[in-house]
Amino acid sequence: MRLACPFCGERDASEFTYLGDAAPVRPDAADGDARALHDSFHDYVYLRDNVAGVMREWWYHSGGCRVWLTVERDTRTHEIHTVEPAPGATAAVKAGRGER
Amino acid sequence: MATTQTHRLAEGGIVDRMKPLSFTFDGATHTGYVGDTLASALIANGVRLVGRSFKYHRPRGILTAGSEEPNALAELRSGARREANSRMTTTELYDGLEAASQNRWPSLKRDLLAINQLGAPFFVAGFYYKTFMWPARFWEAVYEPMIRRAAGLGDTAKLPDPDHYEKAWAHCDVLVAGAGPAGISAALAAGRAGARVILAEEDFIAGGRLLSDDAVIGGMSGAEWLAGALAELAAMDNVRLMLRSAVFGAYDGGTYGVVERVNDHMPTPPAHEPRQRLWRVVAKRCIVAMGAIERPVAFANNDRPGVMMASAARTYLGRFGAVPGRRIALFTNNSDGWKTVDAALNAGIEIAAVIDARDELPTEYLARGRAGGFRVLHGVVGDVTGGRGGISKAKVALKDGGTAVVEADCLAVSGGWNPAVGLTCNQRGRPVWRDDIAAFVPGDCPAGMTVAGAANGDFSLSDCLAGGHEAGVEAAGATGHARKAGQAARAGTDTYALTALWHVSGKGKAFVDQQNDVTVADIRLADTEGFSSVEHLKRYTTLGMATDQGKTSNVNGLAIMAGISGRTISETGTTIYRPPYVPVAIGTFAGHHRGENFQPVRLTPSHRWAAARGAAFVDVGAWKRAQWYPLPGEKTWLESVNREVLAVRNGVGFCDVSTLGKIDVMGPDAGAFLDRVYINTFSTLAVGKARYGLMLREDGLVMDDGTTARLAEDHYFMTTTTANAALVMQHLEFCRQVLWPELDVQLASATDQWAQFSIAGPKTREVLRDILDPSEDISNEAFPFMGAGEVHLRGADFTARLFRISFSGELAFEISVPRGFGEALAENLMRVGGPLGITPYGTEALGVMRLEKGHAAGAELNGTTTAGDLGLGRMMSAKKDYIGRVMAGREALIDPGRQVLVGLKPVAKSGRLFSGGHVFAKGAQPGPDTDDGYVTSVGFSPVFGQYLGLGLVARGRERIGEIVTVRDPLRNTACDCEIAGPAFYDPDGGRQRG
Amino acid sequence: MAAQRGSQRAGGMNPKYSVFALVKHAFGGHRGWQRTWRDASPKDHYDVVIIGGGGHGLATAWFLASEFGITNVAVVEKGWIGGGNAGRNTTIIRSNYLLPGNTGFYELSMKLWERMEQDLNYNTMVSQRGIINLFHSDGQRDAFARRGNQMRIHGIDAELLDAVQLRRMAPFLDFDNARFPIQGGLFQRRGGTARHDAVVWGYAHAASELGVDIIQNCAVTGFCREGDRIAGVETTRGKIGAGKVGMAVAGSSSLLAAMAGFRLPIESHVLQAFVSEGIKPLLPGVITFGAGHFYVSQSDKGGLVFGGDIDGYNSYAQRGNLPVVEDVCEGGMAILPMIGRIRLLRSWGGIMDMSMDGSPIIDFSPVDGLYLNAGWCYGGFKATPASGLTFAHLIARDEPHGEAARFRLDRFARGAMIDEKGAGAQPNLH
Repeated sequence: MRLACPFCGERDASEFTYLGDAAPVRPDAADGDARALHDSFHDYVYLRDNVAGVMREWWYHSGGCRVWLTVERDTRTHEIHTVEPAPGATAAVKAGRGER
Repeated sequence: MATTQTHRLAEGGIVDRMKPLSFTFDGATHTGYVGDTLASALIANGVRLVGRSFKYHRPRGILTAGSEEPNALAELRSGARREANSRMTTTELYDGLEAASQNRWPSLKRDLLAINQLGAPFFVAGFYYKTFMWPARFWEAVYEPMIRRAAGLGDTAKLPDPDHYEKAWAHCDVLVAGAGPAGISAALAAGRAGARVILAEEDFIAGGRLLSDDAVIGGMSGAEWLAGALAELAAMDNVRLMLRSAVFGAYDGGTYGVVERVNDHMPTPPAHEPRQRLWRVVAKRCIVAMGAIERPVAFANNDRPGVMMASAARTYLGRFGAVPGRRIALFTNNSDGWKTVDAALNAGIEIAAVIDARDELPTEYLARGRAGGFRVLHGVVGDVTGGRGGISKAKVALKDGGTAVVEADCLAVSGGWNPAVGLTCNQRGRPVWRDDIAAFVPGDCPAGMTVAGAANGDFSLSDCLAGGHEAGVEAAGATGHARKAGQAARAGTDTYALTALWHVSGKGKAFVDQQNDVTVADIRLADTEGFSSVEHLKRYTTLGMATDQGKTSNVNGLAIMAGISGRTISETGTTIYRPPYVPVAIGTFAGHHRGENFQPVRLTPSHRWAAARGAAFVDVGAWKRAQWYPLPGEKTWLESVNREVLAVRNGVGFCDVSTLGKIDVMGPDAGAFLDRVYINTFSTLAVGKARYGLMLREDGLVMDDGTTARLAEDHYFMTTTTANAALVMQHLEFCRQVLWPELDVQLASATDQWAQFSIAGPKTREVLRDILDPSEDISNEAFPFMGAGEVHLRGADFTARLFRISFSGELAFEISVPRGFGEALAENLMRVGGPLGITPYGTEALGVMRLEKGHAAGAELNGTTTAGDLGLGRMMSAKKDYIGRVMAGREALIDPGRQVLVGLKPVAKSGRLFSGGHVFAKGAQPGPDTDDGYVTSVGFSPVFGQYLGLGLVARGRERIGEIVTVRDPLRNTACDCEIAGPAFYDPDGGRQRG
Repeated sequence: MAAQRGSQRAGGMNPKYSVFALVKHAFGGHRGWQRTWRDASPKDHYDVVIIGGGGHGLATAWFLASEFGITNVAVVEKGWIGGGNAGRNTTIIRSNYLLPGNTGFYELSMKLWERMEQDLNYNTMVSQRGIINLFHSDGQRDAFARRGNQMRIHGIDAELLDAVQLRRMAPFLDFDNARFPIQGGLFQRRGGTARHDAVVWGYAHAASELGVDIIQNCAVTGFCREGDRIAGVETTRGKIGAGKVGMAVAGSSSLLAAMAGFRLPIESHVLQAFVSEGIKPLLPGVITFGAGHFYVSQSDKGGLVFGGDIDGYNSYAQRGNLPVVEDVCEGGMAILPMIGRIRLLRSWGGIMDMSMDGSPIIDFSPVDGLYLNAGWCYGGFKATPASGLTFAHLIARDEPHGEAARFRLDRFARGAMIDEKGAGAQPNLH
């Protein structure tokens, strides 16, 4: 499997570390009462759609630029559709180059 | 060298008769030529019996001339280089080659295990599932050892493999798998068009069937065309021909596995060269041109030596000038098989008869028989006779109902051709059945893959050349290369006509999978018992699971099953073709990653210095850390460690702690960021101060801990544990890039930038004063406990960092210098500290002192403990959100009955505790229900003069003072201990603040 | 318990398998054998429908029939029985688990393995040749000591071997030149292997004898409901009514759960396994390499059967990639440098139902009438008999079996995870 890192180019997947489904969003800790917060964090931490098909997921270029990437990949075929940097990734790369 | 080659033609073939080679088979010396395979050389020497079958120990000869060979397997080489199951048909002959037959005792000719043939009626498919069940314990004691000894094939080396393997990456536009006519044609076209091409060929010569079969291409002989084509390829810089290189797997993203047998044709690899090389070829496009495999027909005793594939007979005659039989009969169900007749007649070999099984036998074939002086029989071979030395007769059942007997010493068989679809199915595409050629052709191929030539079911030479060319042009175009590719070479067309024939009924064992001894009757039994699906058939009978991976048996087996179970072949389907297409040595996949090079080593800045002092080292993750520093006269490691501990407690010592993860956290929001990742608050930390921090995973359990200092308003310097350095970095990057991109904060890993030493003990300041620039004030007032800042060293022009933190519990500083100065600092510390008795200490002493202080470390941060378990619950800020806060509040994680960190002090001073022991209330009957926890860490404390432990004990903090029993049934010990607060030593911390 | 019931044969159609039957049939050219299990067509209604004709599903059916007297049972399988993970594993059986909940459960399983052939009248080749977990550091030794003591406290056999003892037992390991020198091992003599396909066929055989319908090529496409309760399954072979439905579908668990309207703490990952060419006996038992990612045994047929970690990314593809192949072979060469010239013959990939704490779930589902058996991670094969017994218990009695009482779905909400590796809620690290 090969991922086209937007910063480093196309690399073998063994350079990357996998985290999983990018769909779950960390709940805002200010939301709701303790019970609701407990439930929403439980879902966030533990429950997964476990998609059979195209899934947006988190990959980390641990053997490269250390950027987190969202990858659209088909879990049935391993076909990669898109690779995008995480929202805060561009700043990380710029900082690495001494830019702000 | 006297020739032993009784079955070698005087001329012809591409072996080099000027270069004889000597080799042995089962101890007998034979000769062959450069260009031979072991199989062709054995044939040239008149050797027919080469092996014994797996189950029945039936005598077997050479069936094929390629990697599909089921029978001709040998133990190659000897000693540590002995390789079991080496296919003679793909083993390139070299001078001095040693080969031995397998699976026989005491000898190939007189194999006593052939007695299994008498039990054959009993040893049907799956017989072992129905017996060997009583009495129960006899399986391991009697039955299984017997089966294990009888099973297996060859014997392998029992010594470490002395050879080297390596791995490499290659990138290209077009990978062409197979250098037969289609592959060469494809490579020519793609190469001319300008694409970067890799042409990989399993054989040691390119050419495929052109090496064996006569052909006319573009008015030239096949050999002439081949030479020209190879010369043209060699002249193209953008084309690389890799011989002895089999493409074995198609993986995701256009990555292909290729095994290059770099030096298997040498007795041993030359110095500094690998035996084999694993290539990971990344190709934008792949053209599979791996040809087709001729398939046998199952009839009674079709496994006898002398029965050979028709194309293999041609190969031995045409390519090697080796004579598989003096009087050859051909049994074919298709027109292609007839090529063997011409090849034999051209070589001056007698044709005994042709048995043609097609429904209609065109009259032209009868004419060929008359011209060649042999009989053409319209029918099928039903049986052969002849012993282990080879067949003598074939019994023929004629279409008209009559019978005939043909006397021959070799029966060439062609049941048609199966395209080599394996690679095309590696990503679980299924091949498609084509009735006209009665064969499976590639179906859905992996992305970027096309198929050309016989692999695609296009069997004629002209179609191979044209199909290869077209695929080459297309692949080059798809990768942006459109220069002129010229025309495909032309050859005469021949038509391929066959009548499908899978087996001939009759008495006697008719083998489908020769290596695993699977017969037509076994397939019938499988159907009877309900194992009719191809997956069940395979698993129940072991059809196709031998080292040949069913290359000559899978399709026949499922076709026979289709017939028996009344389904079409298409309905019956195939099993899944998985990589590797040819078996690949485990060593090749491992490459250099073995022995000491299994994984990389990380060395601390003071490693060389420590090694010179004779330090013992311990593996901590990838790091080698000094474990202790023995001095002359010390008899045990404990003696050394005790000395190191006492030196720190009473004087001064130092320890390289550079392995701790170090991360610079910078930016206006650095404090806010740390507040969200640590359970405690860092935004309020004053510049010039350090603080112990604990971080949780989002599930509320402890992830890591460490000390983080604030060096400037917008600059924190974080340390992590050695074990979790990379994980924490990844976690922080996730938090920053994904969870909170709005925060203006940046991270940089600095683990390898700094050499960091802990200097500890009451005399630490005296040492430091000699190290630091005299202007630096490290008095308790100017540099109090948990102070941090930049400092300068005497005579040094770099900036160092100093942290007043203590793991040992003594007055201690950690000093960081740029990594390159680490070794010099160690030397300097020894020099200036010498008069004070400064003592370098290792991880053991470090561990003992942290245990005496009751600090949690790796054994306690084991991924199942909470902050509260470690006694750090009060650090959890209630004023802010942080990672893990919500989930840490779950009921089971705040249960008062949880096992929490305590000290365990043996009641008897001589009491011996072990880590891993379990804790029980004194007097409690040990069992799952009374288990109160376990010991996480143990060390001998020279200060207390006894072993001390830390443990996680249920309600431990409420039980301080209670006597419990630590039981260790593994080591048969029990030790009464007093539960104590985790800090045994200086619990108030006065010493580290002094 | 099950042994006695299991031997009460419900007038089956097959003669009992034995050496005598084999000899008798040999005289008849083996034409007289019956099907190993009846190939059933679905009836309209069953007391229990089990989805998934793997080892767990078939074992559940057999225990329902033999232990709990529920014989009106169907096992529906979308392909051929044993075509999923039951036939794609490294066949290891062991009960060397660390944490409460797992230790007792896997030991129950081991006890059931030890009498399986007699229970089922089928030779599943349970072979207790021993399993060694190597350790390479004091920390690993301490963790194994804790685990071995846990086993001993549960009455399970375990021995802590030092390097000298280990060298005597396994002299072929690389003690001398290793990157991570071997210091010893945790040894369970009763560990070993079993013939995976035979386990499937044996349960199918014995369950079928007791009246269980085994329905192949029957994929579940939805659930039928009566009110809030599951009342059957929609399949490619029509609707099948059921009093209760149990699912034991490993890597497909989330897909079926989605049909029923809930989500699971599970991800599906690919785990590759490998077999070498057959060779004469080389390795006596099972060896697992603590500092790398490698476990190996040698099958009775002679092949080295080995594996390592999952590939690490979600996958339903039943195939993996080269980096893990290399990683596993590197692990092999690190401890057994004599295997360098042995050739890898086949690789395959199974879809592992990786749970969020690495331990299984045997519980009621959120939907009434539907029962869950999922989350087996690497442990599915060795769990087969205990999974069958405890799942059957849950379905038959509507209460968890004592040895599976901690495998509850709500343990994540309660914070009562059973996390052997301490890796947290990241399935690819388990």
